[in-house]
Amino acid sequence: MSSATLKIHISIIRASLAVFAVVLIAANLAAQSDGSQQNKTGRAGTFAIVGARIVTVSGAEIPNGTVVIQNGKITAVGAGVSVPSGAERIDGRGLSVYPGMIDAATGMGLAEIGQGANATMDIAEVGTNNANAKAIDGINPHSSHINVTRVNGITSVMSAPTGGIIAGQGAVINLNGSTQAEMAVVPTYALVINFPRVATGGGGFGGFGGGGGGQQVDFNEAVRRRDTQVEELKKVLTDALNYGRARDAYARDKTLPAPQTDLRLEALVPYARGEKPIVFTSERERDIRAIAKFVADNKLKGILVGGQEAWRAADVLKQNNIPVIYTNIYSLPVREDDPYDILFEGPSKMHEAGLKFAISTGDSGAENRDLPYHAGLAGAYGLPREEALKAVTIYPAQILGVADKMGTLEVGKIANVVVTDGDILDPRTNIKHMFINGRLIPLTSRHTELFDSFKDRK
Amino acid sequence: MNRTACILFVVTLIVSSAIAQGGGETLIKNATVMTASRGTLEATDILIRDGKIARIGKGLTVGAGGKTIDATGKFVTPGIIDAHSHTMLSAINEGSLAVTSMTRIRDMLNPYDMSIYRGLAGGVTSALLLHGSANPIGGQSSTVKFKFGKPVEDFLIPDAPLGIKFALGENVKRSNSTIQPGQTPRYPRTRMGTMEVIRDAFRRARDYKQAWDDFRAGKTKVPPRVDEELQPLVEILEGKRIVHCHGYRSDEHLNILRVAEEFGFKIGTLQHGLEAYKIAPEVAKHGAGVSIFTDSWSYKLEAYDSIPYNAYILWKNGVNVSINSDSNERMRRLNLDAAKVMKYGGVPEQDALRMITLNPAKQLGIDKRTGSIDQGKDADIVIWNVHPFSSFSRPEITMIEGEIYFDRQADIARRALLAKEREELERLDMNRPPGAGGAPPRVPVERIRGDLDHDDHVDGDNK
Repeated sequence: MSSATLKIHISIIRASLAVFAVVLIAANLAAQSDGSQQNKTGRAGTFAIVGARIVTVSGAEIPNGTVVIQNGKITAVGAGVSVPSGAERIDGRGLSVYPGMIDAATGMGLAEIGQGANATMDIAEVGTNNANAKAIDGINPHSSHINVTRVNGITSVMSAPTGGIIAGQGAVINLNGSTQAEMAVVPTYALVINFPRVATGGGGFGGFGGGGGGQQVDFNEAVRRRDTQVEELKKVLTDALNYGRARDAYARDKTLPAPQTDLRLEALVPYARGEKPIVFTSERERDIRAIAKFVADNKLKGILVGGQEAWRAADVLKQNNIPVIYTNIYSLPVREDDPYDILFEGPSKMHEAGLKFAISTGDSGAENRDLPYHAGLAGAYGLPREEALKAVTIYPAQILGVADKMGTLEVGKIANVVVTDGDILDPRTNIKHMFINGRLIPLTSRHTELFDSFKDRK
Repeated sequence: MNRTACILFVVTLIVSSAIAQGGGETLIKNATVMTASRGTLEATDILIRDGKIARIGKGLTVGAGGKTIDATGKFVTPGIIDAHSHTMLSAINEGSLAVTSMTRIRDMLNPYDMSIYRGLAGGVTSALLLHGSANPIGGQSSTVKFKFGKPVEDFLIPDAPLGIKFALGENVKRSNSTIQPGQTPRYPRTRMGTMEVIRDAFRRARDYKQAWDDFRAGKTKVPPRVDEELQPLVEILEGKRIVHCHGYRSDEHLNILRVAEEFGFKIGTLQHGLEAYKIAPEVAKHGAGVSIFTDSWSYKLEAYDSIPYNAYILWKNGVNVSINSDSNERMRRLNLDAAKVMKYGGVPEQDALRMITLNPAKQLGIDKRTGSIDQGKDADIVIWNVHPFSSFSRPEITMIEGEIYFDRQADIARRALLAKEREELERLDMNRPPGAGGAPPRVPVERIRGDLDHDDHVDGDNK
């Protein structure tokens, strides 16, 4: 592990820079007294990764350069960058620096053990309208999925609920912090709607690892049900708009009757007004086209999650500025006669169609660490490699409205930075160092701890 | 699609996909050959004759009428062997009894399962098809090659040893099935009961065997009644049938090893074996293999201590480890699962490759004929576009015994034809949409995710 090398660096700096020594020792003592908490959240500081290949994602690769991290931000990136005095130097020779990867559709922290430990599940609320359910209130900052995921180079995710038709609000979080507030980047970013689909029974909602099931019904009945549900959905959004108007009117003029508080409608107002995005989960072209129409009719800001057949509906998705969070690299083709690679090729086809998309695991937590391999497989089936990397860095940042904060190695962005010994999308690559919010994160997890406990047992 | 049309369609697809080369010679020219037995050979040729690997070397030539595949810049590996699969099975669990050793996977093989072809497209050539995990002692397994397009008999590897599924833990206890009012729960409901069911079955099998031995030795005059339940267990006692035992917790792994030792047989593989790393020395001492998921965890309570370093710790202790899929989806990317063990602990490249080739071949008892690129073995071969451990890798050609069962270029070339055929089928009366005189179409199930071993396996669905 790299921590030993780093400690040597620290001790060298300590010896040579007397002024900073006191501060550093104090920090170190704090670390020691902080026990496991320290192990979870890493430590702040000024860091310089020197002599590394820098994959900025925003611009050209820098074959030999320096990245400086200060006060939680990236403060310098480039070939001729000087290392600030007092910075901890990380030898980047032979290593590559990437922006942390972002998984845009997960249930991180909401679903620990899916089967046999129902008490650990907080991902699906009861009822059809859960607009006021907020992932940020349910995310367990101490879920073991978090450490396991981030040590594979994933630094941020959107975590979102799955239950009902209106499932609740997703949070964009960094994978570090002792509290929900420390993790939050955008606490309530998007509303998730499992868009009603023509369903004759079986299967589940797309994305987010959602469940489903139910009785088989006649096709015509399924269409009727879908139409009814879409009408109901439209009515709820209209109610929210009316609620918002009444509320705003009352705020301006207290002689008007005070609207009765309704937390569900209250939560829906910014989404119904098109101020904040609604994430629609869907897979089939027919349903995706219905979503695009729904977005247009109601003047909404839409995002599609799932998106197996998004490329077939590229025209209407583009017309309505609906980007796609594609969660189907690890899914099987639905029809027997589908080409075997149809879902591997999804991102490539979306790229060719000029759609904005990100690649996501769609996993509820345990398997989010496979994100780079989802992107890699899309690369094996037609997506240019640089696009594959963008699909798990800058594109999800854009779709999640945080492109000013993360997704590339650029000055001023949050220092979510990963240092590897190879291509970040390759399963053989090791993560050597990583930073979240500028904190140097220990490369430990539930898995390394169990490994350490048993690796030498005789 | 209408059922009949669907079957027609599948049949057509099969006919057009089986590009039989048959007999003759095939030369794979100038490949990087990852043998899985003797390291990696650069710029090497492989000559295939009558389905076998005839020669490996440089500057080889093919006989008249033979076929040459230029593999310059490409990688060649042995065909992948999936040591835990439910592909092809139209039913997976006989869950009514605790001991179902009388049931046979052989009786429900579906050679038209499209997952076979998708597996071939992921480089899989052989698989151990197992009964589900609903019972302490489950059904008899089948060991097959994915000869898609051939009659089902051709799939079975004729000289493969017999096998059987055992299972322990959450699934066996029916932890996740609700007992309906008026329903009597099936014994066992605990891990204690599970071990007793297995002990009881082997005591009965031992008595049964004794009764036959006595009869054969002339000590008794009336032959015992043939018992379909106990006969397979006798084969286990006689070392003629390999036990593949599903389990998660290390204490369970140890329990089954101990019971096997009590009755004088060996466990072939611990299937899943996700906590085997905790007891690697004991597993090595018993001599059991372990067939694992590389890095799946947390999908059920008993998988919470599963770690991706499992393969490394077992490997370091000299245990024969294989990496399986247990999933029609995951089967397609076992190469990447093998690659991961190089990162988690640092298993060397060839040993990682062995975990999806030679090691499962040994666990299934078919390593004499497949599992590595060696002269005399079956030509079960995958040609990859780049190094198979790169996430940008994909199989280009998959062959079994020298016959090409998957060829990416041919697959792509066929697509326009298939699309046309589909259109024609959809125009048929019986496939017209509702309102136009046709029966309502069957809307496909929205999303089939090859989940890992979630609860017990539902018929027709690989869970």
